[in-house]
Amino acid sequence: MNLDFTPEENAFRDEVRAFIKENYPPELRKAQDEHRPLTKDEYLLWHKVLAKKGWVAPGWPKELGGTGWTPTQKYIWSEETARADCLPILPFGMSMLAPVLYTFGTDEQKKRFLPGIYNGEVWWCQGYSEPGAGSDLASLKCKAERITADDGKEYYIVNGQKTWTTLGQYADWGFFLVRTDPNSKPQSGISFLLIDMKTPGIEVRPIITLEGGHEVNDVFLDNVKVPVENRIFHENQGWTCAKALLAHERSGIAGVARSKRNLEKLRTIAGTERSDTGSALLTDAFFRRKVAELEIDLTALEFTELRTLAGESSGKGPGPESSILKIKGTEIQQRLQELALEAVGHYGAPFLRDLSGSNAGVGPDYAKGLAGEMFNGRKTSIYGGSNEIQRNIIAKMVLGL
Amino acid sequence: MDFSFTEEQSMLRDTVAAYLGDHYDFDKRRAAVSKEPGWRPDVWKAFAEELGILGAPFSEELGGLGGGPIENMIVMEEFGKALVVEPYLGTVVIGGGFLKHSGHAAAADLIGGIIEGKVIFAFAQAEPQSRYNLAAVTTTAKKDGAGWTLNGQKAVVIGAPFATHFIVTARTSGGERDAQGISVFIVEKNAKGVTTRDYPTVDGFRASEVYFENVSLGADALVGPADQGLPLVEKVVDEAIAATCAEACGVLRKLHEGTLEYTKQRKQFGQPISSFQVLQHRMVDMFINVEQAVSMTYMANIKVGDDAERAKAVSAAKVQIGKACKFVGQNAIQLHGGMGMTDEMAIGHYFKRATMIESAFGSVDHHLARYEFLSLGKAA
Repeated sequence: MNLDFTPEENAFRDEVRAFIKENYPPELRKAQDEHRPLTKDEYLLWHKVLAKKGWVAPGWPKELGGTGWTPTQKYIWSEETARADCLPILPFGMSMLAPVLYTFGTDEQKKRFLPGIYNGEVWWCQGYSEPGAGSDLASLKCKAERITADDGKEYYIVNGQKTWTTLGQYADWGFFLVRTDPNSKPQSGISFLLIDMKTPGIEVRPIITLEGGHEVNDVFLDNVKVPVENRIFHENQGWTCAKALLAHERSGIAGVARSKRNLEKLRTIAGTERSDTGSALLTDAFFRRKVAELEIDLTALEFTELRTLAGESSGKGPGPESSILKIKGTEIQQRLQELALEAVGHYGAPFLRDLSGSNAGVGPDYAKGLAGEMFNGRKTSIYGGSNEIQRNIIAKMVLGL
Repeated sequence: MDFSFTEEQSMLRDTVAAYLGDHYDFDKRRAAVSKEPGWRPDVWKAFAEELGILGAPFSEELGGLGGGPIENMIVMEEFGKALVVEPYLGTVVIGGGFLKHSGHAAAADLIGGIIEGKVIFAFAQAEPQSRYNLAAVTTTAKKDGAGWTLNGQKAVVIGAPFATHFIVTARTSGGERDAQGISVFIVEKNAKGVTTRDYPTVDGFRASEVYFENVSLGADALVGPADQGLPLVEKVVDEAIAATCAEACGVLRKLHEGTLEYTKQRKQFGQPISSFQVLQHRMVDMFINVEQAVSMTYMANIKVGDDAERAKAVSAAKVQIGKACKFVGQNAIQLHGGMGMTDEMAIGHYFKRATMIESAFGSVDHHLARYEFLSLGKAA
């Protein structure tokens, strides 16, 4: 056991740091600093820079465009990108669909879909949850009936509703779980379909979330015609793909590097804000203790994640233990958001959509959007399998209860 | 010992609840706060003329209903249930409180104006660097002949866009955080040299940054004693906290009830999710939090008129309420799942208000420290 970085690893860190400094898109930095919603193009600016460099898909197998980095290099990469506050690469194509594609897809499907994901040319969205199927995802009802059309080809006709589709308003394509066999057990009659969002019969409607943002959507499917060759893996065995995807979704969710970065931000804010006595808030006995406790919790999470990663690199894959990372990771993210809001006191209250024009100068810039982030952050203990469901998974799969 | 309400008090509650039931449902509230002017002057007019509640805590000689903190508590709890944004707290509780306790020469006239719905106060106390310390005042009022000249900035003044008058704390002597040297003034919003920068707040209220630049005040602008105004400020703020705790109780009850209702009708795994024990226990803990918050709110409102017990009672209540707002608010969202995250459902709006109440007039840490000091003395 040791925690040291080799000289090569330190050199890699320097290389990454220099690359970000020279290549991070300034217009994206400006938009992030102003806390304004990003446009579709802005979301993809950094993705495209990384695609050109060959660094956009560290998680993929090397032969498909992965970087071939060691787990330590990947760790350094996530640390450095978080430290520099780089926009995270959108996960829908890159880390949700792609692993399903290269694990379960045919060669033709891989060839057809992976390049668009890699280059950021095709925007993907997720069609999993339904109004009646959230925690109990396997009870999903969106129906796909197989027909032979007049052109002699086979299609699925899809009818139903999906919900919580993140950034679906920009999506070119979506991956959907649909019910192809209504008569079998819930998990065994599901198929995994890729659907062109321009297909007639698809309607995307915004859901406005409590902090006022438009991030998620309802997706309605009315007699949507999907070629059978857009199905990944076998008919009625889509649940296997879904489970693999959810395990991937969970393992990235710890967000240690981002939380470290946000902890630094919190320390900066609390070092600037005044306590009741006029000294820096960070010298207030109550407040500093909460920051210290949070740092310790984050360290415990970090080392738990490192142990999990070490297990993965020895071939065990993300197991049910990754539910620990999801639970603790999201709890820590939420506490960081609460403490940042607490730190700014009165200036947590103003609702300023961005920092432009007349909004500039109402309270310190770092206070802007903190309440919104805290409100929006409540979703993290709900999505990707709620933290209650994660505890069920640990009880059942890890503890055998 | 008696925790029951008088007939008049029960009637007051029923009147307010019935009016809000008819005129203040969630959709109406949401529509009003999302556009200008951000409140409903017609509702305020009805409070004054139809319901007469703007006189609830004032004596009958002044034209009020002859009540006090318990009446404020009743009104504010009902306001919490409906997420009312109209400025009862700033006007009746705070503005009225300063006027009542100071014996200001114009008190009777201004209270008359409050009761009629024509005089609206906002409390310009906090400053960009003051945090929750009521003595941290850098806004200055300099003696100028018989009157005063006011300069400075006040931060996040809730209800300022609707106000006709401000209650302003200003430093008339001493250093930035000295307890001595604080005076309280009434400043008309349209006085020369007063400017505001208005904005909505995250929980649907309106607020302003308020700037005073060489504002000339007459001698009669002073409320209470010059330089020795802090005890008066503390007293009125304690009354405001006791009233805010009552508002929180209304908010918390709605959060808890809404969660019970939702989990009973939401089915997953073939059964209502309320049948899962892990969620049942969570809702029991939410219930315990609500009940204790209500108990502490009663305690604080009973003791708020007793200067010997007031401060400790109010800080204790605010600590309890602050913790309950966090626990009940966050779990209400969690148990609503994705639906709790939507703007369309009321639950998220109650959560946002609960979150803002958590830090209103001082966070849990602030009031815990104040309680510690009052109960245990200075730390070694």
